[in-house]
Amino acid sequence: MISLAGRDILHAWGKFVFTGLGLGLLIGVTLTMAGVYRGMVDDAKVLLDNSGADLWVVQQGTLGPYAESSSLYDDTYRGIRAMPGVARAANVTYLTMQVRRGDGDVRAMVVGIVPGGPGEPGQPGYLVAGRQITRGHYEAVADVATGFGLGDTIRIRRNQYTVVGLTRRMVSSGGDPMVFIPLKDAQEAQFLKDNDAIVRSRARTAGNPALNRPGVPGLLDAVIASQSANPYVNAVLVQIEPGYTPEDVAEPIRRWKRLTVYTRVQMEAILIGKLIATSAKQIGMFLVILAIVSAAIVAFIIYTLTLGKIREIAVLKLIGTRNRTIAAMILQQAVGLGLIGFVVGKIAATFWAPFFPKYVLLEPGDALRGFVAVVAICVLASVLAIRAALKVDPAEAIGG
Amino acid sequence: MAELQGQGIRIEGLKKRYGEGDTAVDALKGVDMQVAPGEVVGLIGPSGSGKSTLLKCLGAVIEPTAGRMTLGSDVIYEEGWKISDLRALRRDKIGFVFQAPYLIPFLDVTDNVALLPMLAGRPNGEARQRARELLEALDVAHRARAMPSQLSGGEQQRVAIARALVNRPPVILADEPTAPLDSERALTVIRILEQMARQYETAVIVVTHDEKIIPTFRRIYHIRDGRTHEEAGEGRVLQ
Repeated sequence: MISLAGRDILHAWGKFVFTGLGLGLLIGVTLTMAGVYRGMVDDAKVLLDNSGADLWVVQQGTLGPYAESSSLYDDTYRGIRAMPGVARAANVTYLTMQVRRGDGDVRAMVVGIVPGGPGEPGQPGYLVAGRQITRGHYEAVADVATGFGLGDTIRIRRNQYTVVGLTRRMVSSGGDPMVFIPLKDAQEAQFLKDNDAIVRSRARTAGNPALNRPGVPGLLDAVIASQSANPYVNAVLVQIEPGYTPEDVAEPIRRWKRLTVYTRVQMEAILIGKLIATSAKQIGMFLVILAIVSAAIVAFIIYTLTLGKIREIAVLKLIGTRNRTIAAMILQQAVGLGLIGFVVGKIAATFWAPFFPKYVLLEPGDALRGFVAVVAICVLASVLAIRAALKVDPAEAIGG
Repeated sequence: MAELQGQGIRIEGLKKRYGEGDTAVDALKGVDMQVAPGEVVGLIGPSGSGKSTLLKCLGAVIEPTAGRMTLGSDVIYEEGWKISDLRALRRDKIGFVFQAPYLIPFLDVTDNVALLPMLAGRPNGEARQRARELLEALDVAHRARAMPSQLSGGEQQRVAIARALVNRPPVILADEPTAPLDSERALTVIRILEQMARQYETAVIVVTHDEKIIPTFRRIYHIRDGRTHEEAGEGRVLQ
């Protein structure tokens, strides 16, 4: 038996191919949306992987340092380092801001790290060019996604930094590329005010009789000095010694240091379950809407194509064609359209994904699920057309 | 189903009522008709006389309300009873030729003809071979690979006749087969139908308004107000 659907597609291939192209672009958008979500999850995991930490010690009762703000005194790490099972501990600050280069600026996450070297928690794990930060001030290592080059001068707040190293895939959970600078500079950058604000702040302090008491020389100067310094960091990153489980080390820190400690699993749950949860739901809604729109388009196209063949279907029924043969013809055409659309969509998504400003991760598993969904949608979408075809009265071929 | 070829079609007291109660319309009020194998008869009548209803009953597309219809020795309808698989009956035992050829536009000429035997379960090779023989007999074999849209009106109608004949049905129903054709082509179509009817021992009923072809029938059934009466035709011999 010849394939009626195949012959019809070959006969009107232009119509099918162009319709499939249109549908394919829609499927491409759907696959890309899934890729955007996967990219966000991957960014979050990469952020945790690249931090090189086993534990994140943050301000008590917060979900810091990524999902909420967190402040710890910058000498907290000394006490943590002395806790059993702790191999290394390092301060770190995070600040998302616009980093200027020349006349332009780039949105980046500025990470304050203790200049040390690879292996220390918080350090960029590897470089693709240049070297690590070795000086205590005004050097930076940037992710290549910032577009900065070695030797570039960038501006963070009022200070200028020289890019001495380039790294790759060091991004925030929001996908912003990272710029690493020395910790002291980062602490200053977090709280540094402009000159006018400093003058106003000093005037307010001097005008406060409690802080500017007559007969207490040096009090005002001490208060102003304390206001100008920033002794805080956002988190202490901890690496544990072999033989200890993360929870073994985390629990004493929680108990004795009265701080909140997250393990890798808990931090991943915070990032994926809370930080990007709303974005994930947003993308999920888009996926649902796109799936419905795709289904509606396939249903409409197949229904229209079927209505255009009512007379032929009536003749086929009159000359004794079984209903299942006619239904199979429509079903095969719907699935064929979906296959064309899927191939076009997959190619389109693969082609345009690298051009997206944020990371788009197209996973084979998503493509497989997408393929199954496309076939299922096409099968469902053909039901309307099949119903219409089966209702056709063979007497219509005779007329009268 | 028993072999019916060569035994013609016969209907007796065929009635068809549409609707019920006050709105009921009797389209056929007791039609009698018999067409022998190899015979071509005309069925003529004004619009609304019941021609199409009769054709649909003959084609097993709608069920009559009462009466009897036999195809060869097989009873198709009898007072409310009908054969179980009308679809198979239409496929295997009845050929249709329409006013417009209604060829399947996405199949070439050979496959348009071969489709019916394929639907009946015959192997593709055998079905195509049978189609090629008929196309040869109808002088359209040279267009065997052409698509319907590439054929002239006369060629399309010959292909439609080949499709009607391909399963060697005992009866062919032709509904205004010459309406879109000029005189010469119309007479050619009737000549082909007569030739094929004789060759394949097929009973052919031609529903027509076409004055050009009415003189060619040896027997004509007139239908008016749901009743038929038979008269002899001129039986003009076609060259």
